Amino acid sequence: MYNIDLKKAKAMTGAEAVANAMRQIEPHVVAAYPITPQTPIVEYFAKFVADGVVRTEMIPVESEHSAMSAVVGAAAAGARAMTATSANGLALMHEVVYIAASSRLPIVMPVVNRALSGPINIHCDHSDAMAERDSGWVQFFAESNQEAYDLTILALKLAENENVRLPVMVNLDGFILSHGVEPVELLPDEVVKEFVGEPNVMYPLLDTEKPVTYGPLDLYDYYFEHKRQQVEAMENVKKVFPKVAEEFQKISGRKYDFVEPYKLEDAEYVMVALGSTNSTIKYVVDWMREEGFKVGALKIWMFRPFPKFQVQQYLNGRKGVIVLDRSASFGAEAPLYEAVKSALYNVTIRPQMGSYVYGLGGRDILPEHIRSAFEDAISGNLIVDEQRYLGLRE
Amino acid sequence: MLKGWKDIPIGGIIDEPGKSREYKTGTWRVLRPILHEDKCVHCMFCWLYCPDMAIVIDSSGQKPKMVGFNYDYCKGCGLCADVCPTKAIEMRPETEFIEE
Repeated sequence: MYNIDLKKAKAMTGAEAVANAMRQIEPHVVAAYPITPQTPIVEYFAKFVADGVVRTEMIPVESEHSAMSAVVGAAAAGARAMTATSANGLALMHEVVYIAASSRLPIVMPVVNRALSGPINIHCDHSDAMAERDSGWVQFFAESNQEAYDLTILALKLAENENVRLPVMVNLDGFILSHGVEPVELLPDEVVKEFVGEPNVMYPLLDTEKPVTYGPLDLYDYYFEHKRQQVEAMENVKKVFPKVAEEFQKISGRKYDFVEPYKLEDAEYVMVALGSTNSTIKYVVDWMREEGFKVGALKIWMFRPFPKFQVQQYLNGRKGVIVLDRSASFGAEAPLYEAVKSALYNVTIRPQMGSYVYGLGGRDILPEHIRSAFEDAISGNLIVDEQRYLGLRE
Repeated sequence: MLKGWKDIPIGGIIDEPGKSREYKTGTWRVLRPILHEDKCVHCMFCWLYCPDMAIVIDSSGQKPKMVGFNYDYCKGCGLCADVCPTKAIEMRPETEFIEE
């Protein structure tokens, strides 16, 4: 939790907040293709470029596949490179998303979460991010516009760490955050510039004194070893991220972690979720606490690598754990539920668990929906192998 | 000897030039060319056609002599056996040489 100084804060959308983080980072290269609801990020940033506010080379490409390819090329050359996308744009990038991670390029990409087609839909859910969960990118989920701004800056430092060298996706809920106006406290430009520092470049293609090859054919004799290195890099994220978060706290006063506990001290029933819905959950926790119910929430800030240890630590011994997913995995358990349930396999006191899918294609999630899920848990009515739905018409 | 995951650069990056010489493509071979020296007339057809420069030549004398194959790079395509006018090159399954 953090307090925003309303005297210093400005009212802005999530898109404007993220574009300002990009302005302050001032990457060498931004290659992007507009897609709803990411469009305003690119619009704001293009204006910064046109106005000469930043010296960034902006490449308006013909597709997202090209956007990610251009960013991969720029990052391999030794540049600090960024892009942003949503839904089908991310899906079109998919092939190159994997190449960015496996080439170990520290690219930062805000993803404005939107439902994947079809049928076509432009509103928020997490199906786009979940399709990339095994791509080898670090994945953050922001609850608010302030978090989307902060995490974009923090992500850069994490990505470029020499023990990490992985791309980072900063997820923010489409429209709810990207187009919703909230107070956001921007850090002074020079503070951000000092925090991100000069790019930490490794194996730059443009260093002609030390020629290197990117993307060679890598068959059965070494590919497996390179994948093992990626597994290790994700493990290293768990060591490096707390240090980066601590440095960020020093400049901002805002503390980031793998997860955020809310009123968990004596909570018997805990709800776990990603993104902006956590604000609604906190509202319901406050409402039910007034009535004497021992409820709490656990927000997952970092989804990949999955903070298994913290999830175990916070959820071991609770009476009930309710997991909310804003995407479905057809034919299997919903992604967040699956991860939380798997983490709780070997805790000493396993809670009752329930899976609730909600908000697909931007379907509204109301406090009453969240309360009904808490009430299922309180009345002992959670079934571990049953997937339920919030806000769905039967 | 292939290196472990801790001893290679990240991301499949090749961190110095000219390293392809160290990459022994001969492990791909299914059929191995065998030279029957009694039939060879040293016409150099095999040397000319080999796509991997894997025909070993002794060029110390007045005329070059075909002396064998570089199995580190020969992928066993069999072109040499195909073009040999005296059938001096025989392709044998690698399974026969597993013990070596």
